[in-house]
Amino acid sequence: MSSAAEVPAPARFRFEDSSLAIKLRQNVGLVTAIALFCVIYLLYHVAHPKGFSSAVLVQNGDEIFTLAMVAMAQTVPVLAAGLDLSVGALMTMVGCFASYLLSGAPEGTPINLDLGGLHLVLATLPGGTTGLIVGMILCLVIGTLAGLLNGCVVVFGRIQPIIATLATGAIYIGIALFLRPQPGGKIDDDLNWAMTNSLGDFASTVHIFNDGAAPWFAPLAWIPVPFVLIILIAALVWVPFRRSVTGRAVYAVGSAEGAAYMSGLPIERAKIAAFTLGGFFAGCGGLFLAIQTSSGNADLPQAGAYTLNSIASVVIGGTSLLGGSGGAIGSIFGAMILRVISFFFRIFDIAPLLQPLFEGIILLAAVSIGALRMLRVRNTLELFR
Amino acid sequence: MTAVPANLILSRDDRPIVIAALFIIVILIGGTAYTWMHFGSAPLLSPNYLLQQLQIGSFLGIVAAGMMIVILISQIDLSVPWTLAAAAMLATAIGGPWAIPIGLAVGLIVGIVNGIGVAYLRVPSMIFTLGINAVMRGLMVAHTGGFAPQTAATDLMRYLAAERTFGIPNALFVWLAVSIVVVVILQRTALGRYIYAIGNKEAAAYLAGVNTRRVTVICFALCGLTAGLAGVLLAGYSVKAYQGMGDAYLLPSIAAVVIGGTNILGGRGRYLGTLVGVILIVLLNSVLSIMEMPEAGRQVIYGAVIILMLLVYGRGERVTS
Repeated sequence: MSSAAEVPAPARFRFEDSSLAIKLRQNVGLVTAIALFCVIYLLYHVAHPKGFSSAVLVQNGDEIFTLAMVAMAQTVPVLAAGLDLSVGALMTMVGCFASYLLSGAPEGTPINLDLGGLHLVLATLPGGTTGLIVGMILCLVIGTLAGLLNGCVVVFGRIQPIIATLATGAIYIGIALFLRPQPGGKIDDDLNWAMTNSLGDFASTVHIFNDGAAPWFAPLAWIPVPFVLIILIAALVWVPFRRSVTGRAVYAVGSAEGAAYMSGLPIERAKIAAFTLGGFFAGCGGLFLAIQTSSGNADLPQAGAYTLNSIASVVIGGTSLLGGSGGAIGSIFGAMILRVISFFFRIFDIAPLLQPLFEGIILLAAVSIGALRMLRVRNTLELFR
Repeated sequence: MTAVPANLILSRDDRPIVIAALFIIVILIGGTAYTWMHFGSAPLLSPNYLLQQLQIGSFLGIVAAGMMIVILISQIDLSVPWTLAAAAMLATAIGGPWAIPIGLAVGLIVGIVNGIGVAYLRVPSMIFTLGINAVMRGLMVAHTGGFAPQTAATDLMRYLAAERTFGIPNALFVWLAVSIVVVVILQRTALGRYIYAIGNKEAAAYLAGVNTRRVTVICFALCGLTAGLAGVLLAGYSVKAYQGMGDAYLLPSIAAVVIGGTNILGGRGRYLGTLVGVILIVLLNSVLSIMEMPEAGRQVIYGAVIILMLLVYGRGERVTS
């Protein structure tokens, strides 16, 4: 607030009219989420005996990544005024695929299909690094295709997203259970090590930058790989999408589908793209979870928990569940806030039995803050949007 | 209002019910054909077996009745799993004559809190009830220490949930009673009209003089109450309460409501449809377990059936204006 606000002189600079202030007003939710995250994460590091160390950052990054991805996955359909109840299931399914495709066996990984007596070898992944890269791409393709299926059911089947994804989610969990009736499988050790540690470990494992010993690389070596991945995915996938015509159409569909239709925006393409991109993000999450745990696990409660936490992350990140405002960046921060809150339980030595209670209360408190806007409502009708 | 459209609306609402009922018959015929070929018997056609399946289904039916009311006002209640479990745990913990009232009171209170959050704080129900679910889970974990409580259900709970009168499970009578109450509310009271009105357009209902916030709270309270009742009965049926006992009721209850033709966006749907939807899901489950279908196949079939049914009659209209 500048003092010029009281003296309305057109020639003078007024902060409220500056483009920065407008941007801030439009992104109140995002700014609040970032501020809240910074405060609690700083507190966490101050309170942690080994705070501000790379080891703690790496551990946090590993625990945050999957939820951050699933939260991004949830955001895109929510922006289009949909809801994707299948994100957790989709993530689980991709994880189960990954536990087969990324074993990193030197002799290569055959892709088999056993149907009763029928035994087919569809293809063989080469061993070594090539095989791992192909396997990871395959996992992401599977996630994206599953997202595409969601989009097609919603758009061409004209079934409400919430119920359509409830059904496809059951199908994905079914496939995951088919692949992994019991938890198991194996992920290549080097891949696991490279992806879940700091950049320095990554470089020394994949033998780049002089095994990570290059002098210019040293100041960057402490950064955890998961954080780098989140930034890369956000910058290379989300930001270009948001700026594309399809991305803008997603926002338009979410705020007023009728108006978007009358304006000639590609509504169906936007909706399909929203779910497909969601599938891609959830696939990234599932792939990482499998790499991190080095196994595939068709865990139904876990899938449900991720779906529900993704919705919570989206809301905390400042995206409206009604669609049309917010963004995936906010959801990343929403996910990080949720996770950091659970980190606190460890350092403050809160009895494990009380942790779920605190999580619930904090979630409720966070979403109830939104009720403050009730104080600004002048016309009760504004509430019924 | 007396012009013919009333007729048309009726047929639009009846179509899902008729199709779902036909699908139930298909399931029965298909299941019987399977058992006849493999075991040479037809358990699905024996009244005793059907009653037993419906007895298990009555818990889902009671939950779905409450869920339907909330869905009709275009909200959703995701707190059902732990409301149900909390009601069951506290009912068995208190025991004695107060067990059932306590269980119902737990459901009612949770429902009212949900309603206040949604109606007065205007937090989206999707997220508020989710938070309440987490809180209830937290309270119960703290209360039980994370283990299945050792307390047992009272005799009355056992009687209502697990025993039979004239060969018919008592749980079915409870389900019937809940159904009658819900039908009367929806069809014969002003509250029922308000519920449909709010589901169609809350602003319009508000301008027409309906106290929409109070109605919303009442709807959530009813949903909480049914979840509490289901919890008490389920504890009676399985003799005691256990962690996660409500988890298997959330998504099937939503699916049953939607398969029965209730619009997930609210404002349209008949209770008979929900009833048919519950029976469909229960029978589908029992046929799949007779076929010894592994969990993987069950989930896939389950999802496919929901999509299939909705493709037949649940398609929305294209937005063109």
